[in-house]
Amino acid sequence: MSDEKEKELEQSAEPKSEEAAPAEAAPAEATPAAAEATPKPAAESAPSAPAAPAVDPEREAKLKAAAEARAARAAAKAAAEAGGEAPAAAAPAGAGGEVDPEKAAKIAAAAEARAARAAAKAAAEGGEAAPAEPKPPSPKQPQLDEAAALIRASVAEDAIEEAYINELNDHMPTLVIRADRLVEACRLLKTRTGQDYTYLRNVSGVDYETHLEVVYHLVSLNSKNELAVKVKTNREQPGIPSVVPVWETANWNEREIYDLLGIDFPGHPDLRRIMMPDDWVGHPLRKDYVPLDPEV
Amino acid sequence: MIRTEELLLNVGPQHPSTHGVFRIIVKLDGEVITEATPVMGYLHRGTEKLAEDLNYTQIIPYTDRMDYVSAMTTNYVLCHGVEKMMGLEVPERAEFMRLIVMELQRIASHLVWWGTYLLDIGAMSPFLFAFRDREIIINLFNELCGARLTYNYMRVGGVKWDAPVGWIDKVREFIPYMESKLDEYHRLVSGNEIFLARIRGVGAYDAQTAIDYGLSGANLRSTGVDWDLRKAKPYSIYNRFEFDVPLGKNGDCYDRYLIRLEEIRQSLRILKQAVEQFPSSGDVMGKVPRVIRPPAGELYVGIESPRGEIGVHIVSKGKAEPYRLKFRRPSFVNLQILPKLLVGETMTNLITILGGIDIVVGEVDC
Repeated sequence: MSDEKEKELEQSAEPKSEEAAPAEAAPAEATPAAAEATPKPAAESAPSAPAAPAVDPEREAKLKAAAEARAARAAAKAAAEAGGEAPAAAAPAGAGGEVDPEKAAKIAAAAEARAARAAAKAAAEGGEAAPAEPKPPSPKQPQLDEAAALIRASVAEDAIEEAYINELNDHMPTLVIRADRLVEACRLLKTRTGQDYTYLRNVSGVDYETHLEVVYHLVSLNSKNELAVKVKTNREQPGIPSVVPVWETANWNEREIYDLLGIDFPGHPDLRRIMMPDDWVGHPLRKDYVPLDPEV
Repeated sequence: MIRTEELLLNVGPQHPSTHGVFRIIVKLDGEVITEATPVMGYLHRGTEKLAEDLNYTQIIPYTDRMDYVSAMTTNYVLCHGVEKMMGLEVPERAEFMRLIVMELQRIASHLVWWGTYLLDIGAMSPFLFAFRDREIIINLFNELCGARLTYNYMRVGGVKWDAPVGWIDKVREFIPYMESKLDEYHRLVSGNEIFLARIRGVGAYDAQTAIDYGLSGANLRSTGVDWDLRKAKPYSIYNRFEFDVPLGKNGDCYDRYLIRLEEIRQSLRILKQAVEQFPSSGDVMGKVPRVIRPPAGELYVGIESPRGEIGVHIVSKGKAEPYRLKFRRPSFVNLQILPKLLVGETMTNLITILGGIDIVVGEVDC
């Protein structure tokens, strides 16, 4: 387990213990399985996992069962409260009757959330315990392969520097294309059936300090498939061919990137600053940007 | 023969019908525009640069000030992006609150557009009606978060404040009221001959052009392209509700007008279902780590704002501040088609076409 995970645990430690309190107070008549695994041991076992990577599957199952049992008990209790207490409380004040079902529902919801979290945790631990198991291929993998194969076959074998799935972004297929092949490749992606990326959603420029990068987010209005195309360029003489001939919408987007990051777009019909004044010095979104006049 | 000379005319940056500090330089031959050059940046505040030194919660108020007519949707897109990156769960009640405020916001935004658009064209009273009705929504938001325009309402993992007692009932009462007023709007304006003469067939383009220019929202749908991100790429809990996406076919200002008014009706439809299904209890804030640190990586996500696709591209290095934050602003992208539409049009149509695109300059300049 990584440091990050530990940090996360630290951060979320307080809210967790708050939550755990009602659950711990309730189970006096706990079953043996549940008693063995109250929420606390489950949380504490996490940091110790690196020492003993092989987590006992039996224990896992028990943990899961315990979490389920706890949730069920809490739900039952909530139901009992709602059913049994509401009529009693109705006597002193009308308001009491209104509050109780709400409270009961809240408890039930909390129990459900707790159970879900415990299950998720058990699942996560299970995943880490068995690293040998290969990751299932992304559902978007065929889409990426198809686009990459098309460009390799029709543009150039070396047109693609990298092709990967960005899992963080709903498994977004991502292609890193060489700058000098960009326009050709984009034209193919737009016009070829099966690709059909007619709509350019967004163009972003990013300064990675070692290099600059432009990202094109494409979507097909028919198949609803998404694709990200990236192009890298150096920081000293940055230049990426303009894709305005392919998608008209790149026009102002490229002007904005030129203005704020200083990337040249040869082939652009009207490359001028768009946000900053025409006589501005420097490109503000560069990481090493220093204003010419610090007073401004 | 009358000799005409080319005239260079400067419109803006301070011009009432540009709804902000936006400038356009037009070349005129008589009354006909031969060339138009938009000049932007008067409201550029460098939000994207500022965001690189702020943590995610601190950026939310900045998003209020981008599309200040529809701050709730801009709030949402940032929170939604971060939640997706971190894989956070948003409680049910918070999702409902978000959906309700976003749809109310869509109505409020379209009302502002409707009122000011007609004001630009020369009708004064619709403006007063629109702002009278919008005031109800603004008051609802005021009750919710104490602000009338820059709400700063959403947070990563939920919303900041729960609905006060009776708030949902006020929303429920608003729905039939607004429906009746919408019919009134149609009776008052939509069939008016002077109005029709001003906007029918003006600023028309076809679907292919709209897609090439990356237009979104009513600007795209007026050409008949069925692309609403609430349906095409469902986010939040929109897939639980029934609503239609109104489409045009001529791609002119009149179609855009009708679509926006119909979108108010569809938003009311969503709201009606949402207030019925609104969970009676539950948290409005999910379990979120104290310091919000999305994992290293990047993500782009877009949602449907009243003006079109508003998107956020987050590049994270695993720190509390974004490494790079780029907003895809629908007003900025939609405005690109303006110079093309204006060539060959008269000066009076400049106002009609610009108004029809529906821009917010705070969002154009970011």
